[in-house]
Amino acid sequence: MRKSVFLGALTVAGLAAGAAAAATLDDVKARGTLNCGVSTGLAGFSSPDANGNWEGFDVAVCRAVAAAVLGDQSAVEFVPTTGKTRFTALSSGEIDMLSRNTTWTFSRDNDLKFTFVGVNYYDGQGFIVPKALGVTSAKELDGATVCIQTGTTTELNLAEFFRVNNISYEPVPIETNAEALQQYSAGACDAYTTDASGLAASRATFENPSEHTILPEIISKEPLGPLVRHGDDEWGDIVRWTLNALIAAEEMGVTSANVEDMASAPTNNPEINRLLGTEGNLGEIIGLDADWAKKAIAANGNYGEIFEKYIGEKTPIGLARGLNAQWTNGGLIYSPPFR
Amino acid sequence: MSDTHGETVRFVRETMLPEREPPTSQVGLLGWGRDNLFTGPFNTIVTIVSLVLIGYLLAGLLPWMFQSVWRADSLSECREIATATWGQSEGHACWAVIRERWPQLLFGFYPSELYWRPILAFALLIVAVAPVLFPWASNRLLAVSAAYPFLLAWLLWGGSIWGPVMVAAGFAILYFGVTLLSGRIGALGALIVAVVAALLWWLFAVGPVAGELARLIPIGLEPVESRDFGGFMLSILIGVVAIGCSLPIGIVLALGRQSDLLIVKALCVGFIEFIRGVPLITLLFVASTLLNIFMPPGTDFDIILRVMIMVTLFASAYMAEVVRGGLAALPKGQYEGADSLGFDYWQAQRLVIMPQALKISIPGIVSTFIGVFKDTTLVSIIGLLDPLGLTNAIRADTAWNGVYWELFGFIALLFFIFCFGMSRYSMYLERRLRTDNH
Amino acid sequence: MTTLTDPPKETFRLGMLIYDTRYRSMTIQVVALIAFMLLAAWLISNTITNLNTLGKPVQFGFFTETASYDINQKLIEYNNQDSHLRAAFVGLLNTLLVAALGCVTATVVGVLVGVLRLSPNWLVGRIMTVYVEMFRNVPVLLWIVLAMAILIESLPAPSAFRGDDPSSTMKLMDSVAFTNRGVYIPEPLFTRSLGDIHLFGASPVRFDISLDLIAFVLVLGLSIFAARKISARARAVQEATGVRPRTWHVNLAVIFLPTIALLAALGFHLGYPALKGFNFQGGTHMRNSLIALWLALSLYTAAFIAEIVRGGILAISTGQTEAAGALGLRPRRIMSLVVLPQALRVIIPPLISQYLNLTKNSSLAIAVGYMDITGTLGGITMNQTGRELECVLLLMLVYLVLSLMISAVMNFYNNRVKLVER
Repeated sequence: MRKSVFLGALTVAGLAAGAAAAATLDDVKARGTLNCGVSTGLAGFSSPDANGNWEGFDVAVCRAVAAAVLGDQSAVEFVPTTGKTRFTALSSGEIDMLSRNTTWTFSRDNDLKFTFVGVNYYDGQGFIVPKALGVTSAKELDGATVCIQTGTTTELNLAEFFRVNNISYEPVPIETNAEALQQYSAGACDAYTTDASGLAASRATFENPSEHTILPEIISKEPLGPLVRHGDDEWGDIVRWTLNALIAAEEMGVTSANVEDMASAPTNNPEINRLLGTEGNLGEIIGLDADWAKKAIAANGNYGEIFEKYIGEKTPIGLARGLNAQWTNGGLIYSPPFR
Repeated sequence: MSDTHGETVRFVRETMLPEREPPTSQVGLLGWGRDNLFTGPFNTIVTIVSLVLIGYLLAGLLPWMFQSVWRADSLSECREIATATWGQSEGHACWAVIRERWPQLLFGFYPSELYWRPILAFALLIVAVAPVLFPWASNRLLAVSAAYPFLLAWLLWGGSIWGPVMVAAGFAILYFGVTLLSGRIGALGALIVAVVAALLWWLFAVGPVAGELARLIPIGLEPVESRDFGGFMLSILIGVVAIGCSLPIGIVLALGRQSDLLIVKALCVGFIEFIRGVPLITLLFVASTLLNIFMPPGTDFDIILRVMIMVTLFASAYMAEVVRGGLAALPKGQYEGADSLGFDYWQAQRLVIMPQALKISIPGIVSTFIGVFKDTTLVSIIGLLDPLGLTNAIRADTAWNGVYWELFGFIALLFFIFCFGMSRYSMYLERRLRTDNH
Repeated sequence: MTTLTDPPKETFRLGMLIYDTRYRSMTIQVVALIAFMLLAAWLISNTITNLNTLGKPVQFGFFTETASYDINQKLIEYNNQDSHLRAAFVGLLNTLLVAALGCVTATVVGVLVGVLRLSPNWLVGRIMTVYVEMFRNVPVLLWIVLAMAILIESLPAPSAFRGDDPSSTMKLMDSVAFTNRGVYIPEPLFTRSLGDIHLFGASPVRFDISLDLIAFVLVLGLSIFAARKISARARAVQEATGVRPRTWHVNLAVIFLPTIALLAALGFHLGYPALKGFNFQGGTHMRNSLIALWLALSLYTAAFIAEIVRGGILAISTGQTEAAGALGLRPRRIMSLVVLPQALRVIIPPLISQYLNLTKNSSLAIAVGYMDITGTLGGITMNQTGRELECVLLLMLVYLVLSLMISAVMNFYNNRVKLVER
């Protein structure tokens, strides 16, 4: 496939290329790799290490889908996208799915024609300020200079928040998170606003994290999740239920450590059996192998394990589960039943 | 008169004096300084101000550069070591980030065990351009130049060797078709037949034949996705591909712009002025957002190929102007001489005009290359991981969040070395070519 | 003469379209045109098919929708309830602002450096060479990012001005504040202002022009015109009598008195910036993003202009310099009266393309968050509405028109300078 793309560039590719709009699953299987759009770099969610391996919370979702579809969690081509390029990359077919802390909104779903398959992180937009500023509420930020990342929903939320509260501010639009942090820590803006998870992640990397405080106001709802193009519901279902499998696995106590044991023979919990393919034919219904969910869970563990590994309290990011705890623990993370 | 005068003279020198050393204030360092630095009060003041400025800059830069930390795993560790050694973490570079990430800055995510391939491709590039750039290089190396585009593709992307070979075979069909057939059905007829045959070959035969050959005689390298390309390798690759492909396009555009054919001229002028009138970044936006929309449904170039296409179009407009300059610089006698020999238009271009015009244009081509090479940094804006794009990715790693000057300094230094070397070489070429002409 | 026969009858055969040179050019042109049109048709039909599949037919209606984002740097009044078109217009003005500032600064610095590179002072020549090579051989995007980083890291935050014993103070008699959010300078204010004229009503391209500014420019222009008349008269007297009457004090008075009178009548005073709340209030705020972009673009382009200027000066034969020296002119006057005016002919054409480059490079503003047209129309608007085709095409059109306008103006000037040539 790669070679034909290359030859296509040398000759007149357009004429030879077949129509491939419909079945993303077939494309992915024929290609042997999953093209997954991720952020060019956001600590904890996606960043390449020194060897060029992508790691992070969003990256793990891509890997789980690759494991479920192709049986190999490393069969993923990560396509780094910016806030600007992510949607065109998805709608043009360059990537099969986007897992890049993207907020699920009405217009993105309907106007931009994408299907959000679920939520892997419930977030909200917050503010971080230096303690020395003496600010305790976002409403005291009248006249302040606020750094924002462009190309995101945050800049619209920010404009709305200040307009509704009738206070003035000076926005400083910045392309990347790293750039924004540099300006904030140099004092070029009084406050930095982005998703609260991002704020916590960023605070961890400051020289003196204790000198900065995250204001109590969360000015928006930011349900972040993976998304696919409109028009291929089968593919959307695969991504949706892979994510649900990770979530359900945590709820049912299936971890990367015991998934092999549980999948080797039917357990006495029928839903685990259906999930892991030892009972029923859920894999066949969705168009995958019977043990698709087992492979997805074995890749990086269940939802809770992924959370703890990349952004949990033991990592430098240090996020508490909060809203993202299982519904049984008072959170919002909830998977529909596997039946 | 003379007698009386003669008597008054007490002393007449009869031999020349030996030469004396000039005064010490006129020679050596001192004299040079007087001539060049302290010629008058104004110049003296300027010199002193300049010296103070340089001293101030160096006093800030040198300790930062040389009292620095080379071995650490993260920025915070760097800061700890700096504090332990010099008492403060400010003002000391943390080169450890370069030490850890330099392969990534050079090669992107190219698999590290395959680094020899881009290095070999780069070395071959120098061999391939040697006949053009170095006077001592043998013309037999032109064979390498002709094979180079296919070698480059094969080395970098890997895969079976038969794909590039079969594409090259298409060019062979084109060449032999024209030379063999032109005797029988005329030059134009031969050209048309050859082009059609080559197109048919590329479109329908290359894929199956290459696939079949690859099955029978599997010679190949491990394939590498173009998404793994990054860093300076990506910059150089985009620059080389763009210049290589834009040269023929540029020649055609330049000829079109010079021609008497009104419509052809209008099309060429329109294209050149349009491309030169818009910023490269908008063309890159086209590459990242629109190019797939312009293509038939279902076509999917990957982003690096799309960027290469747009940068090639960009470079070809500038190349056309460079070639046009070369054409304009040729004396009219050359055109008339070619006409008087009875050459037709294409013969005259091929045998008389172009060899000379292109030779004059070489410095211009080199500087266009430098420009395009510098402009490849813009691809970071559309999310490709060129050196600048990689700095963002590196700083997103929690270990290196906050590193700034070290990364940019390193990148700027590499760009400087490369571009400065090229521009010096182009100046040397210009001098050499000028003496040749006289 | 009897051997003369009738010329063979002209019969048209299809082959003549290719082999007859009279028709061949026509054939080639027609083929080229058809090929071009086929290509265009192919691209357009692909585009339409693809857009229909995506469900996004080409339409420009989104321009009238509410932009709902804020822009910090704006020359005209704008808020987040204005339309996308208005935002694009704000961006366009920002592009023009930085391009104009950049061209002027680049020319001044470039000419200075170009002349200094030829300075007899060895050290100065070397420093200028290092400057030129450093800036020419490193990508401009890197310079823009570095300029921004230097401003942010080296200047104090506004909080450093606060407190009883601030670590930073305002400069120039408390009138200018250099902070890492930008430079705050005094702004001109009028107590008896003439007001503004509002152009274009309520349309998205409406803008206000200050009548005070118009009055000021008008009076100053008239004064200068009058002063030049006086000088011309003085020259006439000089040519007639050989004695030049002293006019400089009259000139000075003619230029400055009416202007000062006007300013006094309007109640001119300066509004000084002062630290209030989080930021400095009052005064004019030149944002870091603007300064960084301006500095980087002009220093980068100046390095190229310096080389052009140096080349132009070297192209003037030494005989000119020596002849001017023989006339008794001082070195600096030789440069300004003899060499530079002649070098200008060589300098201007490449200078035009540098101005074009600078304007096009200003589209990199996005890297430092300066909201030029690429940042508004090609950035946030495109991202929020998802109308890539419309936004990118319009963006290209804007830059194309801008480039053509600059070329036209500069070519006009070039032709005027050229007329001097003999």
